Amino acid sequence: MFGRFVTKGEHMSDRVVQAVPTTADVVHHHQPPQGFIRKYVFSLDHKMIGKQYYALALVAVFIGMVLSWLMRIHLVWPNWPIPGLGLLSKVGAPGGVMTPEYYLSLLTMHGTLMVFFVLTNAPFAAFGNYFLPIQIGAEDMAFPRFNMMSFWTTFLAFCILIAAFFVGDGPPIAGWTSYAPLSAVGADAGPGQGFGQTLWGLSIFVFCIASLLGALNFIATTLDLRTRGMTLSRMPICTWAWFITSCIALLAFAVLLPACLLLILDRVAGTSFFIPAGLVISDRLQPHSGGSPLLWQHLFWFFGHPEVYIAILPAIGIVSHILINSMRRPLLSHKVVIYCMMGIGFLSYMVWGHHMFVSGMNPFSSLMFSFPTLVITIPATIMTLIWLGSLYGSRLRITAASLFALGFISMFVSGGVSGFFLAQPSIDIYLHATYFVVGHFHMVMGVAAIFGVFAGTYFWFPKMTGHMMNESLGKLHFWLTFIGTYCIFMPFHYLGLAGNVRRYSAFVDDFLVPLIPVHRFITIAALCTGAAQLIFLYNLIHSRFRGAPAPDNPWECTSLEWIMPSPPPFDNFGGKHVVVYHDPYQYGVKSSTGDYLMQNSPEQVEVRT
Amino acid sequence: MATTIQPPETESKEPRLDNGNSGGGGLRNLGPTNGSLKLLEDFSPEPSRTGVWVGLAAITMSFAAFTSALIVRQSTANDWHHLTIPSIVFFNTVVLLASSITLEIARRRVAEFARGRTANRSTPLAWLSATLLLGFVFVTGQYIAWQQLRAEGLYLASNPNSSFFYVLTAIHVLHVLGGLAGLMRVIYILRRPVLSLRRSTMDATSYYWHFMGVLWIYVLLVIWIKL
Repeated sequence: MFGRFVTKGEHMSDRVVQAVPTTADVVHHHQPPQGFIRKYVFSLDHKMIGKQYYALALVAVFIGMVLSWLMRIHLVWPNWPIPGLGLLSKVGAPGGVMTPEYYLSLLTMHGTLMVFFVLTNAPFAAFGNYFLPIQIGAEDMAFPRFNMMSFWTTFLAFCILIAAFFVGDGPPIAGWTSYAPLSAVGADAGPGQGFGQTLWGLSIFVFCIASLLGALNFIATTLDLRTRGMTLSRMPICTWAWFITSCIALLAFAVLLPACLLLILDRVAGTSFFIPAGLVISDRLQPHSGGSPLLWQHLFWFFGHPEVYIAILPAIGIVSHILINSMRRPLLSHKVVIYCMMGIGFLSYMVWGHHMFVSGMNPFSSLMFSFPTLVITIPATIMTLIWLGSLYGSRLRITAASLFALGFISMFVSGGVSGFFLAQPSIDIYLHATYFVVGHFHMVMGVAAIFGVFAGTYFWFPKMTGHMMNESLGKLHFWLTFIGTYCIFMPFHYLGLAGNVRRYSAFVDDFLVPLIPVHRFITIAALCTGAAQLIFLYNLIHSRFRGAPAPDNPWECTSLEWIMPSPPPFDNFGGKHVVVYHDPYQYGVKSSTGDYLMQNSPEQVEVRT
Repeated sequence: MATTIQPPETESKEPRLDNGNSGGGGLRNLGPTNGSLKLLEDFSPEPSRTGVWVGLAAITMSFAAFTSALIVRQSTANDWHHLTIPSIVFFNTVVLLASSITLEIARRRVAEFARGRTANRSTPLAWLSATLLLGFVFVTGQYIAWQQLRAEGLYLASNPNSSFFYVLTAIHVLHVLGGLAGLMRVIYILRRPVLSLRRSTMDATSYYWHFMGVLWIYVLLVIWIKL
């Protein structure tokens, strides 16, 4: 290690105590680690860590999907024994037929897995880790050890959550929002509210630490490790999206962390942060007093709403990146999209109360939260209009990636429009806790972000593995998923308007029975759409080993990840420092390479007017 | 659609050597390469300094969350009991503030040593050790404060005031322990035969440590005014 101890204002050469090679041309070749553990398990390489995040999200998403299947099947055929379910939980599903409480358990685990381990991990941590350092011309993240720790801490959180399936009284039933006081009082509140719920709190607590480490790393990397010429305005949109997302995550998870701590203390240490006095649950007076259940909701949603944007902003960035590449021309305005993302990030902290319109909060607060909620649709609308305006008249290259990018816009708009309704307290009071809300957030946050992940996968898979994915299968996957998700989630809106309450495990009330055929349709659609994901899984695994070899730049894209071989070498740029000369999206120009100009190309081209 | 092409920067442009800002990109190569964090060359502002500020922002946010929880909790019910702060807490405050001063002196001594003005590394090491010692005295003092509260019959779950007292002070002590680990790391690096301590490591550690002092003043004020 070279000794350096420098003070401000001194010139570099004065600042070096030991001799340091300071010429820019020195090429450093780094040897990759040879051992299996260092290379594949406790790797410090951001690319391996990105893949690990992706793999974890893939496992989580399939578990979450199977859970949703089980719930959907139970909803419409409540007395059907599901083979194998009895093995998972003898108490929760005697004979393969789940109890209402076990339905809630599955619902909780589905939500927690999907929101934390899929929607936060896949678009942000997985792709961000892999491509953010490369897109800014860095060799690695700023703090590779933190990076490794943040993945393994996430993995620990995942294991803790999954362990809740196997504890005595079953997994938690409080939903992914874990509303107090039922989540805070312990086993009296029902099966799963005992040790399972404690595990839930612990898992999310650990997850918060992991996310904070990750966010810190992303911010420091983006600010400090950009290569020469890579000014902030020359960063690709997806890099911007990951950067803004990490800023949101830093502040949001820093609030969920104390909230989880207080919840755990209420559960295991007998404090009363969230449990009011005189609460009788299961015929037992709870030995707590003076706490505020609303406090949990405030703390949770102060995290929870920004979390929605933690899921969707990276997808917005990825999709913009891919659309620009497929359109072969830049967006109408690169900067406005970035400002819109910043605006969304800022406003995301002011809207959390719109989840609490019916919580007993002061109605004036509802009004105060309704206004910024409506305002936040403005940057979202601007972005949508920029995408559509840029698409208009472009000769779009239809690939699986660009199809999923278009699908993202479709989902983002369809799911976003219902947000206008829910943002208004007077309408939300009717629609709250109905399937309308379920349809809304599944489309705009769940499916849209997943479409972003699919688009990113089809786009970057060649770079990540050195193999092309099968495009035909990719397109088939797109159409089945696109149609399937509309079939699932559009009827949810109708159900909600008809007054169908969410979180019921069976529909036996008079006014709900006529809606069962709709539910049956949704269940069949969900089973089919889920099965269609096996095409993706097959494509992913088959292409990884048997796919055609990928060229360095199959999509003729301009950003820095495409100047390196596929897959990238261990030290990214071969120890050289890339110099960046151009804005990220120089498409539609006449250059020696075709209609595009790489960011690091020193070539000058004519400015078209 | 028109594309605006920036004129390329000329190759002869010197890499930016002035540190302290992040725009434009200097040469940045902090490649942790083969499992060991090997430093190759570095003209760039070092991420550890940025990182520590970002981390402090997160810590600030956490304590803001605790504070808002405290305010909401206070207004929820009538079970707010005044809590007499154990007297040793004030002693601890003085100790923690003194450790900031010793650390600042240590930082100067380290800089003098690094620039070769003093050949002797025992002076900076002594000041760093003094800081470390004061830090441990603070942690011990906080532990004694908890013991005093327990002797009064005030436990974590006794009433909301004691709950918040234990939570706030314990979380703060946890962060202080992180700072102590950082100090120990600095001392460890400084003791190596060849000076390999980066200025940014020293800076980041001391920013963090000073922030622990500021945070403690804040926590103490919250406890004093609210509890």
